[in-house]
Amino acid sequence: MAELKFIKPGAQERASACCGPAQSALQSPDEASGKTCLPDWEKDRPAWITGTLMTSEGAIPVISTDLTRSDYWEHVKCRTSAFRNNYTVKPGLYAVGSPGKNSDVLVSANYKLSFDTLRKALKGLNAWILVLDSKGINVWCAAGKGTFGTDGLIRHISITKLDRVVNHRRIIVPQLGAPGISAYDVKKAAGFKIYYGPVRAEDVSAYIAAGYKATREMRTVNFPILDRLILTPMEIKPAMKKYYPWYALVMLAVMGLQPGGIFFKDALTGGSPFLLLGLISVLAGALLTPVLLPFVPFRSFAVKGWITGILSVFLSSKFIAMIGHLNTVLLIFTYLFFPLASSYIALQFTGATTFTGMSGVKKELKIFIPLYILGIVVSLVLLLVYKFSQWRVL
Amino acid sequence: MKYLSNVVTLEFFPDLCVGCGMCIEVCPHGVFALENKKAVILDKDRCMECGACAGNCAFGALNVDKGVGCAAALINGMISGGEPSCDCGGGNKPGDCC
Repeated sequence: MAELKFIKPGAQERASACCGPAQSALQSPDEASGKTCLPDWEKDRPAWITGTLMTSEGAIPVISTDLTRSDYWEHVKCRTSAFRNNYTVKPGLYAVGSPGKNSDVLVSANYKLSFDTLRKALKGLNAWILVLDSKGINVWCAAGKGTFGTDGLIRHISITKLDRVVNHRRIIVPQLGAPGISAYDVKKAAGFKIYYGPVRAEDVSAYIAAGYKATREMRTVNFPILDRLILTPMEIKPAMKKYYPWYALVMLAVMGLQPGGIFFKDALTGGSPFLLLGLISVLAGALLTPVLLPFVPFRSFAVKGWITGILSVFLSSKFIAMIGHLNTVLLIFTYLFFPLASSYIALQFTGATTFTGMSGVKKELKIFIPLYILGIVVSLVLLLVYKFSQWRVL
Repeated sequence: MKYLSNVVTLEFFPDLCVGCGMCIEVCPHGVFALENKKAVILDKDRCMECGACAGNCAFGALNVDKGVGCAAALINGMISGGEPSCDCGGGNKPGDCC
């Protein structure tokens, strides 16, 4: 079996050398089985592969159900940085414990965070994991986008010769994979009957023990505070990277602009309350709104973000002197612009939630995008009014 | 937590339903229940339009305008004039949002 190669994050995929020419990720295992061949990954295989299981269809990597400190550290990096963009597991079949012809097959995505969550949950079981090529995206998002779907599942059943590895025709797909999968199409094309497993991997053993039955609780997605909190770094970061530098540049330039040129001292003294307010509105929209989500009134994310935004501005003006002492025009600007910024940023969190649908988000955008544009225009006019009055032109 | 009310595009055609319960199995928000051997919609506003029910109903009893409820994706789609697309990968650029 020549094609068992594993991609380490950041490392180049290495071609397998020993069993003929290297094959692409999705090619079938080497037909010329029988001869012993240590694939290349034996040399630098990831630590979570603990051995190999010989089957009639070739060698299958056996994986550990224990996560190491480095796995957890990688998960932290996934939650906070672009590290997650290339955190993949090679698609294919894996063995947990010592599975046999009648062991269950569980399907997963090739995002290593998803894969790790599943293998950890399978401790003590003998099972197969079939990893689909979801382009490194988690099951639910990938199912929504189409990278985890019927075609991929049928293809991987065929590539791995699953019908020969196991005798039964059951395959457990995570319930959140269902948006991408048509169970009846898979049955028709590949002969396997899909059992939709629970939402959370931690319930998989209970689900199997109960005879492939999930309770209503196991089938329902919640969005508790910790789940919301864990997503906020990747809300704050893009806002700070995408918008904040431009915003800061504009505010410093506007504040520093005098008839005689741009003055650094004016830019800094005049600009610093606004750099701070910018930061506060990012936190209001990308941290406070998600964390306090069920407690902020109204269902619209734009409205929720506006409310946390205006409260944050109000509190800042009470407790931070340089914000409280702004002149009237700048204060009007502050109360107009920053709650809208927070609102816009909070609206982005719809992409991370577990319960917002497309029609709702479309409706919000239809109402609020024109308001945001209007808000920016009026804000710019207010800044001009301030500058002209500062220069005593008005 | 519920999102906006009266916006969901989920449609149910009871005449086609055979009461197999597949929709109940795949729905992540408990939108459906089985009553008198037919599915019923308990609370339409809970639907997030993921499309799992419609895609797994072998009898065509469900229909939903499926899509991602992601503002970034929809804004990108508006700007580019194309399909909604966030930067979460699956396309050219893996990435940023979900």
